Amino acid sequence: MAQQTATQEQKYVEAWKTSIAGDSPNVPDSIRTLRESAIARFSELGFPTTRRGNEEWKYTDVRGIASAEYGSLVPSPTNRVVTKTLDQHIMGGSVWNRLVFVDGHWLPELSWLPSLPAEVTVISLAKAMSTEPGLVANDLAQHASYQESGFTALNTAFLQDGALIAVPDNVEIEEPIHLIFLSSGNGDGSVSHPRTLVTLGAHAKATVIESYGGPVDGPYLTNAVSEFVVGPGAHLETFHLQQHGKQANHIGSKQVKLANDSSFVAGAFDFGGTLSRNTLSVALEGAGSSCNLYGLYMTNDSQHVDNQVLVDHAAPHTTSRQLYKGVLNGHSRGVFHGSITVRQVAQKTDALQMDKNLLLSDDAEADTKPALWIYADDVKCGHGATCGKLDETAMFYLRSRGLDEASARRMLIHAFANEILDNVGLTPLRVHLEQFVTSSLRFEEQQ
Amino acid sequence: MLEIRNLTASVGGNQVLNGINLSIQAGTVHAIMGPNGSGKSTLSNVLAGHPQYIVDGGEVLFDGVDLLAMPPEERARAGIFLCFQHPVEVPGVRMDHFMRAGYNAIHKSHDEEELDPIQFDRILKDKAKIVEIDPLLLKRNVNEGFSGGEKKRNEILQMAMLEPKLSILDEPDSGLDVDSLRIVAEGINQLRSPDKAVLLITHYQRILNYVVPDVVNVLINGRIVRSGGKELAAEIEANGYEGQGEALQPSA
Repeated sequence: MAQQTATQEQKYVEAWKTSIAGDSPNVPDSIRTLRESAIARFSELGFPTTRRGNEEWKYTDVRGIASAEYGSLVPSPTNRVVTKTLDQHIMGGSVWNRLVFVDGHWLPELSWLPSLPAEVTVISLAKAMSTEPGLVANDLAQHASYQESGFTALNTAFLQDGALIAVPDNVEIEEPIHLIFLSSGNGDGSVSHPRTLVTLGAHAKATVIESYGGPVDGPYLTNAVSEFVVGPGAHLETFHLQQHGKQANHIGSKQVKLANDSSFVAGAFDFGGTLSRNTLSVALEGAGSSCNLYGLYMTNDSQHVDNQVLVDHAAPHTTSRQLYKGVLNGHSRGVFHGSITVRQVAQKTDALQMDKNLLLSDDAEADTKPALWIYADDVKCGHGATCGKLDETAMFYLRSRGLDEASARRMLIHAFANEILDNVGLTPLRVHLEQFVTSSLRFEEQQ
Repeated sequence: MLEIRNLTASVGGNQVLNGINLSIQAGTVHAIMGPNGSGKSTLSNVLAGHPQYIVDGGEVLFDGVDLLAMPPEERARAGIFLCFQHPVEVPGVRMDHFMRAGYNAIHKSHDEEELDPIQFDRILKDKAKIVEIDPLLLKRNVNEGFSGGEKKRNEILQMAMLEPKLSILDEPDSGLDVDSLRIVAEGINQLRSPDKAVLLITHYQRILNYVVPDVVNVLINGRIVRSGGKELAAEIEANGYEGQGEALQPSA
């Protein structure tokens, strides 16, 4: 078994050699060194397993990813994206700023930045490596540590391109910046490593949406890493929209650092894919900082969605909110692990965590695992989890007014989801999500 | 309009209705009075089709059609309305959206015109006046944060919107102050008409001072033990339910 695992990792190490050989001569030495140490670390860590008392991966088995025979571990830059695939992700008409990536590589011809203040930098990481070495050196790979996670190490080892957003002090961006990461699925299954770095200076403000998708059928793997650095008094609102094809696997890790009095909002929506695993790790490093983290996962068939939400209160007067909701059908599985750490210095912390699951079939399963580590004595911390079926009395109430069973079900499921959707203030995004929820409920009915 | 013949039913494994016989004609108001646990709520829930109530025997014909074979929504579309004793809170669903969905589902089943939100709102506002409900309340989630009186009046409003042939009111007076009771009773009276019928279930005579029944039926231990005119309600108010059960003995 160990031997076999070694071979699985070896495939990626061999592919990495091809990848680094293809690097442009403009790539700075620091990046090359970073990539070299990351692949070395990946070789040591390997893919995580559910064994070895590994609590973090207790409910999510990635052996299927490790052993998958993806044909294209180093996909070459391509613009071969089915327009239909891209269209499913486009929002905000001609007003939103948009960067499109295919297999991790930026596609300038599909990108569009109509409404950015001049001081703001929004460019591909590949370009930034030569034009903005300072920005890159300060923050890239400084927050998402590749020392502890095999997948993050792998992403870092293959780091060639991605998105860089840098908003200087006191600059507020009105319109959202939408990053669309698509997989081509080319070559019997592409593997890509999308990368995002967002830095906000003091009192800056921005909204960033990350969309992930690919072809409806056919296997592919997306292994994404994002770093968000929020300066003093700044406000960053982010969204994660996972709308992958049926056979896709998604591993994602987001690391967030919050300075004094900054605030961070993250809305996570997971709809597609076979297996997706998201880690959202927020460090409240500055006094008075706050975060609001919410998510909705809707799964069917044998889908598996795992959300790991790790909140670290490392300074006084910090506030965190976690609210995740799952709608699970078929024999799908939803995993939620929310952890709250309150360090000794973090007095007056106010933290809440809640996970609610709606099981639509007898075979669906929800695993929810809260963890609270509290080392300060003057704090307010709460957590809770619920798991249940549609309320029979409510169903009867709706049907007694003339609604058929399917419509009543749909109305109640939508109502359950609304508690999350109501957080989304951006109208085009809200409409997009509503449509998605509605169509996935229609789909359920047809089965 | 409604024929109940020897109906027996149980909930949670306990038989609660032990052979109900009742015939309701169009244009009449029937009261059913009974003490706690006599089967009042079971009867109303069985007639509306609550899945947790199991019919063990007997039959119910509504305009000559087998009512018990229909799912709840078909009963609603056929013209049956249950005014809930405990209206259900539905977080995340707006009251007016829910009401329009029901209204349109029923009208569509009769090949009648469905209403868009603007058309529906206009009618809703008019009817809300009858039960003195602030239209803003209807923009809130279904029954969420409504007072006891608002919930009951809101049930009457739904009834007024749907204009059912047979309204089954399960203790519409429970927990109401005098003003709300008057409003609810007026709402019911406005719906009285020669082609409609009302089945009013209550523990107390009080509401029958406002909604004067044509027939009063006394329900004890899952059976109707006496039927009479409106004066029967006053008799029960004076003497209580004790002793009413004996009247059944000869026919049992």
